Parts: sequence; C-alpha cells; structure tokens
Amino acid sequence: MSETLILTGRWGVSGSHALASYRAAGGYSALEKALRMAPVAIVNEVKASNLRGRGGAGFATGLKWAFLPREVRPRYLAVNADESEPGTFKDRYIIEYEPHMLIEGIAITCWANDIRLAFVYIRGEFAKQSRILEGAIAEAYQAGILGPHVLGRSDFSLDVVVHRGAGAYICGEESALLESLEGKKGYPRLKPPFPAVAGLYGQPTIINNVETIANLPWIMQHGGAAFAALGTGKSGGTRLFCVSGHVNRPGVYEKPVHYNLKRLIMEDCGGVLGDRKVKAVIPGGSSAPVLTGDEIDVSLEFDALKAAGTMAGSGGIIVMDDSTCVVRALLRIAKFYADESCGQCTPCREGAPWMEGILHRIEGGEGAPGDPDRLLQVAGNIGGNTICALGDAAAMPVQSFVKKFRADFERHIAERRCPFAGEAWGKVQESREAFIGGVRA
Amino acid sequence: MPNRDAGSPGAGQPLPPEEVVRFDAELALVLKRYPQDRKASAILPALRIGQRIFGHLAPSVLELAALRLGISPARAREVATFYSMFKTEPTGRHLVEICTNVSCCLAGADRLFEALQQKLKVGNGGTTADGRCTLREVECLASCGTAPAMLVDDEMIERLTLEKVERILGELE
Repeated sequence: MSETLILTGRWGVSGSHALASYRAAGGYSALEKALRMAPVAIVNEVKASNLRGRGGAGFATGLKWAFLPREVRPRYLAVNADESEPGTFKDRYIIEYEPHMLIEGIAITCWANDIRLAFVYIRGEFAKQSRILEGAIAEAYQAGILGPHVLGRSDFSLDVVVHRGAGAYICGEESALLESLEGKKGYPRLKPPFPAVAGLYGQPTIINNVETIANLPWIMQHGGAAFAALGTGKSGGTRLFCVSGHVNRPGVYEKPVHYNLKRLIMEDCGGVLGDRKVKAVIPGGSSAPVLTGDEIDVSLEFDALKAAGTMAGSGGIIVMDDSTCVVRALLRIAKFYADESCGQCTPCREGAPWMEGILHRIEGGEGAPGDPDRLLQVAGNIGGNTICALGDAAAMPVQSFVKKFRADFERHIAERRCPFAGEAWGKVQESREAFIGGVRA
Repeated sequence: MPNRDAGSPGAGQPLPPEEVVRFDAELALVLKRYPQDRKASAILPALRIGQRIFGHLAPSVLELAALRLGISPARAREVATFYSMFKTEPTGRHLVEICTNVSCCLAGADRLFEALQQKLKVGNGGTTADGRCTLREVECLASCGTAPAMLVDDEMIERLTLEKVERILGELE
C-alpha cells in the first residue's frame, strides 16, 4: 500500500529547504492556482477538507476562518510555531525541511482571508529553525512571492515577519501569543472576544499551527475532498505523530489522521525497547490524559481519542515501558506545569506547585495515605477554573495517572520509598536512531 | 543589586556609547518589520539584541530598550523577567541548558544532568568558579525523538551521550 505523504515526502532530501528545490518539486503552483480562485472558494475547499487544527485543540480550520467578521480590516495571521508541548517535535522539522511549504500555505491563507501581514511566532529556542525560515522568506521576497505584488498580482501584497519568542510555554496559548506579539508578558486573555473578532492589536486575527498551514498547498492542489478522503469522519488528511520514550525507533511519522496507536508503536516504531511491555502511553503531548498499555489499541483520530477519555492534542506520543516509575514521570510533568504557569489565575499558580510538592513527597517516600485523593482534590479545583487551558493541562495528567496507576502511588506510600528506584528512570539509550519522516537523524 | 529604583533613570551603570550605537543600528533593522505605530511589539527582539551586546539585561539596558520603543522601563523589566531566555543578572561566558523533561529523562537526561553538575561542580543555575559556564535545567526543547538534548549558547545539540557532553564542555573556552 502506497502511503500519501503530504508533509514529509521530501524530508531529508539535500537542500529541500531552498526555493529552487521546492519549485522543482512543483512548489508554489498551488498558490498560483489559489490566486486564480475567489477567496471564498478557497475557504469552502478548506471546509470540505475536514482539516482540523494540528496544534492541540483540533478545531475545524475552515470554520475558524469563517468566524472573521466580514467588514473589519486590517486582519492578521499569526502562525503558531511555539512548539513547546512536551513530547511534540514536528513543526521544527517542517521548518527545517520544507519552509517554503509553510510560506506557500501562509500566502494561500492570507489570500483566502484578505490578510496583508502575517507573523510566525517561533519559540526562542529554535535559533536554527528561525534562521532557516528567515532565509526562505528572504528568497520568497526576492522571487516576488512575497512583497507588494504576490506572484505579480497588483491587488495582493503580503509581508511575513518571523517573531522569535524568548522562553515561555504559555505563549503557545493563542491569546498569550498575541499578548507576546504586542510586546507584553504572555498572560492569556479572557475569551470572548475570540481572536477571530478581536485579536492582534484588537483586530480580527487567525491563529493556526505550522502543520495546519503547511497542509494548505496540498489541499489547493488536490482538492478538499481528496484530503478528507485520507482521513475519517470529521477529520481529514494525514498527521505528524511524534513518538518518543521507550520505543526502538522514535521519530516523526506521517500517517492518516485515524491511524492506530498500537500499530504505530509496535510496527512503525519497532516495538518497545528490549521487548518489554508497554506500561503507559501519553497520546497527545504531556497535557493529555495517560493511557495504560491495555488501552492503546485505539484510533489516534481526535474524536476517537476523546471517546477513549484522552485527547489527540499536539500529536506527541510518549511511550513508557513496564520498568518506568509513573509517579516519577508524573512528578516531572507536574513540575513542568508548575514552572510554566504564568501566575495570572490563583488555582493554577498555587495548585500546580502544590501538586508538584505532593508528588515530590510521595516519590521521596514521605507520602501520606490521603495523598492520592488530595492530588485529585487539588486537580479538581484547578480544572475549569482558569482563564486558559494551562490549568486543565496541569490537572488532567494528575487525574489520569492517579486513576489508572493508583496502586503504584499506594505502594510508594506504604513502602515509604520508590519501589522502582534505580533502573526505572532514565536508562541510557544512546544507541537508538530516530526516524524523522522516515529519515535517519 | 536590583532595588525599587531599578529601571528608573540613572539607576544603572552608564552603557558604553559605541555599543549603544550598535544596539540602535540593529534595532532599527528589526523595527522596519513591525507596523510603525506598534514599536512595542519589538520588545522581545530588542531585549535579545541588548542581551547579546551588553551581556545581560541590567537596568540600564532595560531603560535603553524602553526609551527606544516608547514604553516604560517597568514594562521592559516585566517582560525581561517573564521569559526564561532573558537574563537580568550576569551569567558565565557560556550557557549550558539541558532538558530534563519526560522524554529526555526516559533517555537518560537526569543522569547527564547529574554528571554535568559533578563535572562543573555547580548546582542547577550555578556558574563555575572560573566564570566559564552557567548550567541549568530547562523544559522541553522539542527534541524528544533525538533525546537527550541541550542548548549551548542557544544552539541545540541532540542525541547526547556522556562522552559527547564531556567533549562539548571541553571545547568551551
């Protein structure tokens, strides 16, 4: 069976990031085609494609675009390249290998939505990726793809600005991203109004993930129906799944959006290291509720994972084998959210470090019998009580780990030590190769 | 030492004029990219330039950036202290930042971090006695497939091993 590779087909090809290489592979013909279409026809094509946001929320892209108020100008596009959800490492490779695919997707989006200025908000730690993207943008300006007359059209000007962040997970949250773009600390905004109505500088703004935007040239070229047909139900296309942890071949795998999680781990990734058993899998970035090894025979599609009590999130899949101390893993996750809480809302600012503290004492052999329930209580008081989803993101791992691995927590408390100490955390596995879109890294 | 006057005029050391000229020249290039009436949007790049030229974001640097962008020094300070890549205090000549998030730790990052601390004789956030290196643990760097990973002076190094880490440390001046 030949697989359709929309995004990763040229990863690893020498010089794939250069304009000449992209053009030789047919690049920018989708933009030419789009420019011959009425903007509303493009929006309809994207609606028909069932493209859903690849950043985490899985919101229908065409519908998001349709929320822009009809009369208000200027409008802006902010591309979210903040890629900071633990376990997620796909957007960086799109930028490294196919920056022009992203630029072409940006131009299509801007033409479809009458936007003249786009920002790419890229996380500060992506120094190399920023340089590659800046280089590609400079090439595109020189070739007349960006600038006052996009591909020669006198009625379409487009500027694209790379805006580097400076180290803050919260700036991947769309309204915090806008605050950061406006030159402030990244405090999420109360919604409504949603960014589509009042976003950057108070103007209507579309915010889409890098992978979402990079799919647009293919959708223009092959049609929305063809993209929808690659997926299932309300989710079209392929998706980049990032697999890390205890598998033989970690990496980025482009698969149909509804691919089976167990098959991905056991076949594509070559199974678990040392043929051990799967103990736990986080299927959509560290915010996503954990699955046990018995629960992984499931479709990765957004609604299917939701039905399984978790979420497809950002496509970051973290696999832990049966030697792993899940208390220690959860402690590290809790520390992350405590570190990254922006401090605006009390439940998250106070609750996240509190959970970290309880987990720290359980892992250190100082846990009290009521601690698992105390964790659930604190988590329950954060979720749903904050301005942005970081509060939920901090609560969900705690709730799911305690629920599904309660015996591990109770053993720590009863034995007054970590029963997995020693080999359980951080086996050095330095010999593995990563497969990044089928390419050895 | 930061005090409640930090960031107000005259609070910091005077900045070398030739470096201020460099700062202004680089900032002018950046400002061209933002809408003319939205200069404040350039605060992150402005602080990044300032940090590179002046070493760290002392009150006088924050004041300079704020003045150029038409915002208050307090707001520049608020931004500088919110983002983890900005340094308001001096650090070593090199910054070594190792990811210890879950995927990296499942590949041994905790042990590398411990080894680094022993080798450099510093704790998390510490600077070596000779001022050569500042070491700290950081959050996920999006290198989970090629874990463990670290940043050395902003450049990402992946698929770390103990030998690789020791070699890289040895090459830092």
